[in-house]
Amino acid sequence: MYRNLSIRQKQIVWAWAFLVVPVIFYSVIRFYPTGNAILISFQDWNLLGKRTWTGLDNYIKLWNDPVFWKVFKNTFVYLLLGTPVSLVISFLIAYHLDKLRFMHGFLRMLYFLPFMTSAVAMAWVWRWFYQPVPIGLFNNILASVGIPQISFLNSTTNALPAVLAPAIWAGLGFQIIIFMAGLRAIPRSYYEAAHIDGVSTWTVLWEITLPLLKPTIVFIVVFSSIGFLRIFDHVFNMTTNNPGGPLNATKPLVLMIYESAFTNFDMGYAAAQTVVLFLILLVVSLLQLRILRDS
Amino acid sequence: MGKTSLKGWILATATSTAALLAGSANAVEIEYWQYFYDARVEAMDTLIENFQAANPDITVTMTTFPYADYRTKVAAAIPAGEGPDVVQLFYGWLNDYVEAKLIQPLPTDMFPPEQVDADFFPMVQAMKGDGAYWALPTAVRSLALFYNERLFEEAGVDGPPATLDELVETAKKLTKVDGAGNITQVGITAGMNAQDHHWWREVLVRQFGGDPYLDDYHTVNYNDEAGLKALDFYTGLATEHKVTSFGFMDEPQAAFKAGRAGMHIDGSFRIGSLKSIRGMKWGVAELPAGPDGTQSNYSSYWVNAVTTKAEGEKYDAAVKFMDYITSDEAMQVWLEVVGELPAKPSVGMTEANANDPIFGPFIRGLAYAHTTKFANESGQRQVMMEAVERIDIEGQSVADSLKTAAEAEQKILTDYYGK
Repeated sequence: MYRNLSIRQKQIVWAWAFLVVPVIFYSVIRFYPTGNAILISFQDWNLLGKRTWTGLDNYIKLWNDPVFWKVFKNTFVYLLLGTPVSLVISFLIAYHLDKLRFMHGFLRMLYFLPFMTSAVAMAWVWRWFYQPVPIGLFNNILASVGIPQISFLNSTTNALPAVLAPAIWAGLGFQIIIFMAGLRAIPRSYYEAAHIDGVSTWTVLWEITLPLLKPTIVFIVVFSSIGFLRIFDHVFNMTTNNPGGPLNATKPLVLMIYESAFTNFDMGYAAAQTVVLFLILLVVSLLQLRILRDS
Repeated sequence: MGKTSLKGWILATATSTAALLAGSANAVEIEYWQYFYDARVEAMDTLIENFQAANPDITVTMTTFPYADYRTKVAAAIPAGEGPDVVQLFYGWLNDYVEAKLIQPLPTDMFPPEQVDADFFPMVQAMKGDGAYWALPTAVRSLALFYNERLFEEAGVDGPPATLDELVETAKKLTKVDGAGNITQVGITAGMNAQDHHWWREVLVRQFGGDPYLDDYHTVNYNDEAGLKALDFYTGLATEHKVTSFGFMDEPQAAFKAGRAGMHIDGSFRIGSLKSIRGMKWGVAELPAGPDGTQSNYSSYWVNAVTTKAEGEKYDAAVKFMDYITSDEAMQVWLEVVGELPAKPSVGMTEANANDPIFGPFIRGLAYAHTTKFANESGQRQVMMEAVERIDIEGQSVADSLKTAAEAEQKILTDYYGK
């Protein structure tokens, strides 16, 4: 039978033969659970008992839950603070690091190290940095020079930026490497031409470097946005005594999903939140791709 | 090696392998699951060893999971025919496990309900249903006041406080502040995230004349004068008397372990980890009595149950194992290794145990302890944490915060029992 196929058809057969493993893998590991999660979002299930259909109840409950709206807002604060701040810092570092020859490799490694460090270990170290006197590093420094203590984590206003800071720091290394690769990919001849024309450094940055870095910027924005929308480990580990606290001030959507599912055992409610998160991620990614790719 | 000897060698290997296989086929192997906590695992290892020595035909394998994953794993494993034959669960989860048909009742011939009623501390009766017991504890836990003897000596305090007023006075003497007024040593630890929410619910509210719940813990009843006084007293430790600070040194038990806290209210399960700290001198006292002398305590426990997976000879072995781990001998082992209190007065109230300087206060506390029937312990704890945060961080009045808390907790209870 195989013999009777045309070369084109044979190629298709072989393509599928190689594709079959990843296709099965994705169906079982990705698509089936995704479909199942959407199904569970219309059901009531405490993980132990039977699943019962409840229609849109979980979504209605979500709409009327003040905690959900607080968490929804937090998630976007993480995104809207985290993405631009990390983008600007990583670009500045990459831009200057690219020009630097002295200890270039060593410095690059120093910036990349936090990215390789376990988020859990890092979150705990920062958590202790932030403690009040007598154990918190920052507050001990403040107290030793006579400045009043700052409540970093035990505050509804300071806690979210305090949790976000190490998350940004941890992601910097990766973004710097990507930016530097992007910078290296810009042909030198453009810079030489600009140099001959006697253009200012500022114009070079604005007219050559940034426009040509656009694909890199698109990638980093989309990538880090998804990261900040899914922030979990830093928040959870820095606030384990009261996850997402105080008073839900730091709780992102993923943490609310985790709590609904694994401390309240309300799987249907958790699944409904997951579907909402999925839609947010989808919309944000599509929007960014469209906005940054146009023109 | 000659041909014959090789043949013989192969034959011998084959027979001995067959013999080994036959041997293991006779032995019943049952699986036991509990969550991971060093002392509990160590105690259970001892019990399994003793049990296997007495029952050579039964092998017990123990599997442990981190506390956070425990329920998920059990729920996924048992319906799939995997997982434990005997499982440990928190008393508050019993309803969910029974409803989901994950566990089966204990046989009434080996565990006659009347006998169990008479043998165990009365709070264990919550594990009874349909004329049989569903699960039984090896040990129970209660609260007591831990105090740092060195710091007491340094501050010139004679002994632990017996009343709430004395508690405040003692705490004042133990508190230290630096030049800027920052607390560097607390008189007493505070934090609803640890055991304080139990202390508040079942002890302080009752001591100020209230009754925290009605209708078998289906209705919140602390939003009254007693509840207000209790919350006022509790948050007053930080706001009015300034003998503590919420979130001091991250976790209350950490502050106490580091010798930065004079007093600390915690459960009997903390004994084991405190004992391992070298150079620390600490004592235990019963919880201070209320303004009118009322004493109260909170007790909780983990139980063991036979799962629906256990059938036939595994079921018989599982029941035998249950019988052993709820025996007097097992309870004594558990007390010595984990520091959890025996679930039977016959073991707990022995002269030696009840007057033990460390276990004594906990065991005496059991006599007047209450057990909260939680619908969702972490959710209900969260309510208490937020009540304190609203006062501590946002400066809300105690009355308003208490009202919000009562409404939030009632919602959790209604959602759970309304189903």
